[in-house]
Order: sequence, then C-alpha cells, then structure tokens
Amino acid sequence: MIYREAGQFRTTYVADQRIFPITQDRVAMAMLLIVAFVVVPAAASNYVLTALLLPMLVLAIAALGLNILTGYAGQFSLGTAAFMSVGAFAAYNFQLRVPGIPLLVTFVLAGLVAAGVGLVFGLPSLRIKGFYLAVATLAAQFFVDWLFTKVAWFSNDSPSGTITAQPMVIAGLPIDSPARRYLLVLSIAAVLALAAKNLSRTATGRAWMAVRDMDVAAEVIGIPILRTKLVAFGISSFYCGVSGALWAFAYLGTVEPQAFDLQRSFQILFMVIIGGLGTVMGAFLGSAFMLLFPLFLNWVLHLIVRTELRPGLLSQLELVFFGALIIVFLVVEPRGLARLWQITKEKLRLWPFPH
Amino acid sequence: MAFFVEVLVSGLLAGFMYSLVALGFVLIYKASGVFNFAQGAMVFAAAVTYAGLVSLGWSAWVAFAGSLLAMVVFALATERFVLRPLVNQPQISLFMATIGLTFVLEGLSQSVWGSEVRGLDLGIPDSPLELKGILVSKFDLVAAGTAAVLVSVLAFFFQKTRVGRALRAVADDHQAALSVGIPLERIWALVWAAAGAVALVAGLLWGSRLGVQFALTQVAFKALPVLILGGFTSIAGAIVGGLMIGASEKVAEVYLGPLIGGGIENWFPYVLALLFLLVRPDGLFGEKRIERV
Amino acid sequence: MRTRTRGWSEAAALLVALGLSAPAVAQNEQFIPMPSYRQGPYAAGGTSIYGGFIDYLNLLNMRDGGLNGVKLTYEECETEYKPDRGVECYERLKGKGPTGASVFNFLSTGITYAVIGKATQDKIPLLTMAYGRTDASDGRVFPYVFPMLTNYWSLNTDIVRFIGQREGGMDKLKGKKIVHLYLGVAYGKEPNPIFLKQAEKYGFEAKLVEVPAPGTEQQAQWLEIRQYKPDWVILTGFGVMTPAALKGAARVGYPMDHIVGNFWSGSEEDTEPVGDAAKGYISAALNPPGKDIKVIQEIERVVYGAGKGNMVNKARIGSVFYNRGVLTGIMTVEGIRVAQGKFGKKPLTGEQVRWGLEHIKIDDARLAQLGAAGFIQPMTVTCADHEAGGAVKFQQWDGTKWKLITDWIQADKALVRPMVEESATKYAKENNITPRDCSKEG
Repeated sequence: MIYREAGQFRTTYVADQRIFPITQDRVAMAMLLIVAFVVVPAAASNYVLTALLLPMLVLAIAALGLNILTGYAGQFSLGTAAFMSVGAFAAYNFQLRVPGIPLLVTFVLAGLVAAGVGLVFGLPSLRIKGFYLAVATLAAQFFVDWLFTKVAWFSNDSPSGTITAQPMVIAGLPIDSPARRYLLVLSIAAVLALAAKNLSRTATGRAWMAVRDMDVAAEVIGIPILRTKLVAFGISSFYCGVSGALWAFAYLGTVEPQAFDLQRSFQILFMVIIGGLGTVMGAFLGSAFMLLFPLFLNWVLHLIVRTELRPGLLSQLELVFFGALIIVFLVVEPRGLARLWQITKEKLRLWPFPH
Repeated sequence: MAFFVEVLVSGLLAGFMYSLVALGFVLIYKASGVFNFAQGAMVFAAAVTYAGLVSLGWSAWVAFAGSLLAMVVFALATERFVLRPLVNQPQISLFMATIGLTFVLEGLSQSVWGSEVRGLDLGIPDSPLELKGILVSKFDLVAAGTAAVLVSVLAFFFQKTRVGRALRAVADDHQAALSVGIPLERIWALVWAAAGAVALVAGLLWGSRLGVQFALTQVAFKALPVLILGGFTSIAGAIVGGLMIGASEKVAEVYLGPLIGGGIENWFPYVLALLFLLVRPDGLFGEKRIERV
Repeated sequence: MRTRTRGWSEAAALLVALGLSAPAVAQNEQFIPMPSYRQGPYAAGGTSIYGGFIDYLNLLNMRDGGLNGVKLTYEECETEYKPDRGVECYERLKGKGPTGASVFNFLSTGITYAVIGKATQDKIPLLTMAYGRTDASDGRVFPYVFPMLTNYWSLNTDIVRFIGQREGGMDKLKGKKIVHLYLGVAYGKEPNPIFLKQAEKYGFEAKLVEVPAPGTEQQAQWLEIRQYKPDWVILTGFGVMTPAALKGAARVGYPMDHIVGNFWSGSEEDTEPVGDAAKGYISAALNPPGKDIKVIQEIERVVYGAGKGNMVNKARIGSVFYNRGVLTGIMTVEGIRVAQGKFGKKPLTGEQVRWGLEHIKIDDARLAQLGAAGFIQPMTVTCADHEAGGAVKFQQWDGTKWKLITDWIQADKALVRPMVEESATKYAKENNITPRDCSKEG
C-alpha cells in the first residue's frame, strides 16, 4: 500500500537510471541520511558514538572493499586486514614525514599505497581460483604483519612497533570530539558507498560480475581478465587502506600490527557474507551485525541473568549463541541479510494484498 | 652438514604434525565439498574433552572412547542441523556455516570444561634421541608413525571400499549422488565423524606438545599451506604437502631467517605454497578442475 | 491486529523492567571497573588474575565493611584481550558508580595503548602494573598512567643481575653468551634495547631469537640455540609460547635451570603442561606464589569460608596469577585509601584517585598492616617516578610448584631511567604534551 509505484512515471533516461527509482526509496534514504548526519551526533551518547558507531562505520568501509573483490568480482580474499594495516601505517608515515599535508590527502594517499600493495598480491589471482586463492592471500596477511613488526622505520623506531596516530585537523578545525570523528567517518563512508554502488553499474562493474559468474566465458567475449581482476584488487585495497587509516586516526588512535591480524580478515569476510555478497547495503548490515550483536547479546544476557553464574560462563555462552545464530541465519537466508531486506521490500510492495 | 640434516629431519617430522590436522580438512572437503573452518575448533574440543575426562578420573582408553563418542555426536548434530538444511547452497555459505560451528564449539567446550590450561600426558617422553650424531625427538617419531598409519587407513578406505566410493561421488555432485540413491545424510555424518576422530588424534598429539588450551584452535592455520600444496582433495597430498611445508619452513627459518631479521616462519610456507600454486593451480595432487563454459 | 497490541505491551513491560532493574543510586560506593578477559587464548591467566582481584575486594567488603566504610563495587566487561573490545568496555564503564570509574586496569598492553589518550582526557588513571608502556614510568609526561612495581626494562636488568649472581658476580658475565628468546609481538620486543645496552656494559654476547606469534612452533629456534650453545636463555613469552618453548628446550636437551623467564612466562599454566621436563626452570616473580602469605590466608578464611569466592577451581588459589590479582587489588585499594586521606572518606573521582596513586608509600609497617610482608616490595611513588619499584624475586619450578629462590633483586635504575625519559620526551614532542613540573606539584 505504501510502497506501490502506481503513479510514478519516469520520463527521462536520467530518471530511469537513478539508483533509487522509486520515490519512497528516495524519501527513506533522505530520512536515513538526515538521521545519521544530524540526529545521531546530537542525540547519541559518547559511548554509542565512539564504541558502537565508529567501529561499525570504519569496518563497513573495509567490508565495502572486500565486497567489491569477493562479491562483485568473485575473487576470494583473506588478506583484507593486511591492506588495512598498510593503509594505517602509510597514513601515519605520511602525516609524520610530510609536514603540513592535509588530512584528507593523507587518507587518499594511504588508500593508493594500499591499492598498490593490493595489485601486487592480486597477481596470483590470474592463475589461482576459489579457496586456493583465499589461502594464497593469507601470504599477504602474514607477510605484511611480519614486515611492520620487523622493520622499525614504519613505526618510527618505536620499540614496541605500536604507533600513536597524530591528532586530526582539517582546514584548521580539530577533529577530536566524538561527534566530529563520527561525522568525518560517516561522510567518507557515504561517499565511498555511493562510489561502490555506481561502480557496480558501470562497464567495469559488469565486467567484474561477468568474471565472477564464469570467467572463461567472459574472456571469450573479450573482457580483459588481467585488467579486470587487477582493478578489482586495486580498488578493493584502496577501500581497505582508507578503512585502516580511519581505524588508526578516527577510532582507536593507536595501531599495533596485531590489530590487523588474521582474525580481523575473517571478521570482515564474515561481515560481507552475512550481510550479503554483492550488495552495498550488505556491507553495512553485516558490519552492524558482527560488531554490535555480540555487545547487544552481552548487554541482554547481563540484564536477564542477574545472579552471577560461574564467572566467564556468560561470555562463553554468548559465543555459543552467536555461532548458533549465524547458522540459523544462513539456513533461513543463505544470501545474507541484504537479501532478507530485499525480500521484505518485495513483500512490502504487495502488502496488504497476498499476491 | 649434520646441523642441516638435523633441521631438515626436525622439519619433516613437524610436517607430519601439520598433516594430521590437514587430514581432517581433506576428509570433509573430499566428501562434502565444504571447507571446514571448524577443524581447529574440533581439534581443541576433542583434546579438551579428553583432558577433562581424564581429570575426572577416567582411565586413558575410556576417556579416548568418551571423546570419540562426543565427536560422533557432534558430527551427527552438525549433519542434522547445519548440512542438511544447506544442501546445494554455494560453497561460501557452507563455509560461513562452519564458522558459526567454530564459535559454537569453542563456546561449548569452554563452558563445559572451563578455560584452564591442562597438561596432556601421553606417556611419550619428549627427550631427544641421538641417531648417528643427529638429534631426533622421540615424540615426533611417534607422531609421524601415527600420521602414516592414519593416512594408509584412510587412503585404503576411500579407494577400495564401497563407502569410500560413495563419499567420492558425494564430493563430486550432491544432487547427482542423491539421484542415484546414495544416502547423503549418512555419508556426511560418517565423514564428519571420521574427521572428528582425526581431530581427536591430532588434538592429543598437539595437546601433549603445547598443553590443552585455547591456542590449539590456531594450529589449523598451520595446516592451510599444507592444503594448498597438497591439494584440498588428496589424502596423499596432505602428507606430502605437510612434509614439504614442515621441512622448508624450518630450513628457511634457520638459514634464510637471520638474513632478513628472523621470524619468517609464519609467512614463508604461504609464499612457498603460493609459488607452487602458480605452477599447479590445484595443488600437487589435487583434482584438476574441469570448467565447462 | 492482535500481534500489534502484544508487541506494544511487551515493549512497555521491557521498559518497566529496565527501569526497575537500574540500580538505585547508592551513596557510599567506590566503583572499580573490571575489564576482564575470560575468553580467548589468555583466558586461563585472566580468570586467575581477575579472580584474585575480585576476591580481595570482597575480602575488604566482608571483613572490614569496605574501605573506611565506603563499599567497593565492581562490574566485569569482557575484552577478550582485544583493543577494540577494550575501548568499548572503557567507554561503557567509565561513568558508572556515584563518582565514575576509579581506575582502569586492562592487563593488556595493546588495550592500554589504545586507551591512554582517552583516559588522560577523561581524567581517569590507568594502573598498568608490570605491563604496558614502559616509558609511562615517567610521570611527568604520563600523569594518568602508572606502570607500577616494575616495567619491562627494569625487569630485564633484574634478570641480568640474577644471572650475574648465579655466575658469581657481574664481572663474570664478560664473554658469556646470553640469548633473548621472545615472542614476536610488541610486548616481546620491548626488552631488546636495554638487553643490548647491558650486553655492551657487561661484555656478554647477546643474541636475539624471535618466535613468530603465537609461538606454537619453535623447533627451528631451539635447534639454532642448541647450535649457538649459550650459557643462559632469557625467555619473554606469554600464553602458549612458554610451554612450547620449554618443550622445545627439553627436546634439544638444553638445561632448564639456565632458562630464566619473565613474570608473564612463569606461572603454573606455563609449566604444568610440560610436566616433569620443566623441572628447574626459573622465572622472575613479581609476587611470591603460594598460600604462605597472610592476606591470601585471610581471603580463604573470610571469602571462601562464606562461599563467596570467585575462583571455580579452588586449586588455583595461591597460584602465581591468582596472587598477582590479589596484588593488583592491594595496589588499587591502596591508591584509593591514600586519596581518601586527603579528600575524605567518601566515594572519590578518578582525578582524586590519581592523586592517591601518585602518593602511595609502602614501607615495612604498612606491609605488616596489609598482611603482605614479603609479598610487595617497599616502594614510594612520586610525581616523576610512576614505576616506583623495579625489583623482583626469582622462583623455580620443582615439578609440582613454584618455590622462591631469592629475595628482592633491584633493578639497574641508573641504566633504565635515562632511556625511559628519552622515550617519554619523544612521545611528548610527537603529541604536543608539555611535561609537568614536579617541583610545583603537591
């Protein structure tokens, strides 16, 4: 009833090619943006901003990157955290060694460095596929881990290899309060999400999907496989690099090489899979789920279970719940949360009629 | 020269330990096409169940049987609640489901048995043995022997028995196997139980070496380069891959490591496996994938 | 339609329950946050340490009615030893209690690094007892961080001094070979600079051997060590790396009583899996193990006697990590007590507790009052010196338990302090911090 398209006629090509062709979608998106940009920073507590929303958005950017690689281009990668690490350390070093460099330029440069590294580690994808490629990208993961711990130059000779990110300043405005950091990360996330969505609608995006679905056939019809795959790796690593830089500068404030370990790569992969491969919304939904749900579970269990059971039992049971929930989700909808949302929308279009 | 041989032998023997873990992966991938991320958690769960039962006073053999039973129950539950609903879904969803399994298993074993570090005494001394001036560990020799026995048994099973053939059919195509009447559920339960048994053996050996603690779940990552080298679907590949990875890892750490700062053991096997893959994209013994367009 | 009303009344019920379950604002309570890890690879250690900490707080509450009448409350938050979870726990707990969180102790160097900036801004002190940033020992640059009792550099000098003692004098170290076997993470690498400096000073040959994290594989490293034939091996490990190292040593036949671990590699969790083979292994002891200490006995009598003990596995009472937890509790409460002396016997803010921590003075008389004679070294915290201790004892594993083999061995502060100040000054410059002028402070 509310979601019907009746009466909406598109009369120009531009209108037809919109990301959100239906007016209700556009309104909803606009409202979401207003809530995110205006209401949340004003109303949310510092805890919600710094401990919940910031990591969710930063990791969503990385999930967007991995989504481009695995969801659109079909290249299975487990080196995501390595590229984040490269971005974080690159941003730190640019800020440290190039005096007066604007912050946003630092982030872009950090992303480009990560993209370069991604291109190198993406070369094996030309020969290797599937799970073999995933395990091969682990080489990137462990190598980068080792490199940053070993070579003191990257961490400015700190004895522990941990770097403390410099305070952020954009055009003279210090970005130190939680609200400002949140807005910075939100803006970057929004821009990158739009870029990812548009990329999927370009020729490059279509080439990626062709490669994902059947790369031999794609090659046969003339899509340059080498370039397509490498571009996917490059752009994906760019996203991961920016995410890593934001993690260091906007969220935690410090980076040790262990923050971007194998667990992190897996976490982002889970986000993409649970959220829904090949969708932009899936990156955000998956990030929210993987990050916030354990905390939510922790909070709920603490509320319900008032008497102290055996200490530590609660956090172990949370783990069991979380795992069981993942399995339940996959059984219900193997294509992830985004698909669940899509189905909901399709049902909404018919509601309240049955068909 | 003697030192080089020592390092080489020690690496080969370490490789057997990796192969033990890799075997579990291969079994499940071979028979159900699922990359079982939960293998590490299975190793941990099996080891902690054994150690827990022993600490309750059960004798070694009874505890072994008990842990085996626990792993079988786990296999049955997995087949019923995870695999059956996800029949014929894309590989990546199944992979994700095994990740959920990992969390469940880790949380469950720790909530039942606690998070204490326990020793595991298998009665095998870890003292060195001198063979012609070369230091060899008795423990490693036992591990190698166990792995060799397991591999032969499994290889025979897959190649020569009816059940083995059915397993290979299932690995090829679930629906086709169903349509010729192969009981999918029973086959999967069987394979996961077998992988659980392998995990138990691996867990006992690794737990004896490191102590039964959460870090046992990480040994699965050591097995991944072995899988790439050997192929995901080859049992012989698990052994050969393990030997190669173990040997090259140790030799590289000792001889190459000091040149670039040491600590290269983590990434060297992956880089090696990667280089191998460029030549043989399906692993040394893996099935060559035939892609139809 | 029926579903809709049910949904609303359910939501209303939940809201009411939430409102009712919010604790009534108590007046006389001091809130101590407990960001513990009972999950993950370090769960065994975390469970014991935080168990000891909680037991000590309960001892004071049950036996003395709190600290000078102020009840000590706590709330646990699982960090899994991860920096992002640690930050979330910090934000969640920092405002709890009538005056906010008193002092945070994360027992993780990684989390500490991530929280230092925020804690300084929020004016909540961090007690990073025997871990964390070594250069935070310089209280002029790090007013809110207290790496009390010993930092990693002082500890390394303690170990070298112990080795010197065993060899018959520091001059006998000349020409000897000492290996530093360390876990390839930030924590493991920290002692390297001072280790190399001491090699220069005393003339011994130093070799650094790294074990890539998590340290389950060490055959190559031990074969190397066997080849090198060092006189001593210093071990800086944590978690699974230590038992793997000891097994590795046994496998190549290296004598256990020539391996000296630091105090994070010297607990029952490290030696029990290795069993008899670990007999003779020596490690540094920040706190003595065992139940021979009055305060531990008190805890057993009062807290466990009433069935309110935190440890499920009672065999762990008196273990190295459990006692460390109790030690943490003692230092935390001591800081609050000193602060109460100045600001009054009421719930205090983080800033006030910080003052208390900075003015802790423990001498023999105080030790007797605490029931901790021989448990803690005598120490005085000052504005500039947030480490205040530097000494450790040494203990040896006899196959079933840890036994003390030395008294307090002091650190080489003359060597350590200049390096600390250098590093702290560098940090201050990088982050535009003006070091405090201690002569002006009270």
